[in-house]
Amino acid sequence: MGTGTELGRVRGLGAAKSGVGHWWHQRVTAVGNLVLVVWFIASLVRLPLLDYASVTGWLRQPVAAIPMLLFIVSVFYHFRLGVQVFIEDYLHNEGTKLLALLALNFYALGGAAAAVFAVLKIALGA
Amino acid sequence: MATAARPRVRPLSPHLSIWKWRVHMLVSILHRATGNAMAFGAVILFLWWLIAAATGPDAYATFYSVATGWFGILVGVGLTWIFFQHMMNGIRHLVMDTGAALEIHDSKRFAIATLVGSVVLTVVTWAAILLTKGV
Repeated sequence: MGTGTELGRVRGLGAAKSGVGHWWHQRVTAVGNLVLVVWFIASLVRLPLLDYASVTGWLRQPVAAIPMLLFIVSVFYHFRLGVQVFIEDYLHNEGTKLLALLALNFYALGGAAAAVFAVLKIALGA
Repeated sequence: MATAARPRVRPLSPHLSIWKWRVHMLVSILHRATGNAMAFGAVILFLWWLIAAATGPDAYATFYSVATGWFGILVGVGLTWIFFQHMMNGIRHLVMDTGAALEIHDSKRFAIATLVGSVVLTVVTWAAILLTKGV
């Protein structure tokens, strides 16, 4: 970072303009996933049954619904970052790569929105 | 000019195809494979489960009958191992990000530990499920 402008050196964002943002967000969500996915698996294992009444009854509690919403944000953001690197490493045609990244963003954001809505519908529904 | 048009013969590495499997390499490849498997396989099944629960008892019953069949349980066990392998190697990466365990023998032992750990955690999880729920 010795050859940029002074402002550029202060911001430390380098030639890619985003610095270590991608790398750091992947780590933050990795730690988030570590806590939340283990919580998710442990919660499902601890439920006496996994039928409709048990699962919706569980998700109606704020103590389950709130971590579920955090789980969705952390997991969907983490895999969006990870699959992005996978696409960038293996798709060398610029057009195909662009379309794949576009599809990935729509898939991750659309999936997350549907999941959040489903949790809220169960948690806040009558 | 004739000399400029002629393609220059670049030296090629003679050893690109000479390699052998290493456990560090295996867990690195598995990390990418398991991550992508979850991004598509596990995420789709998670959405099916959650949206079915939000839709109603009939939609959930369809999911439940598939999930508790032998194929559903097979997929469930597979995804459990895939998650734990990604988790264990993810922890290894977080440790290596601090500059620790980069020495060859530590790195190798840690890589082996992720494989052992993921299998043990999968067995423990499914033992708990089968013992408490009698699926």
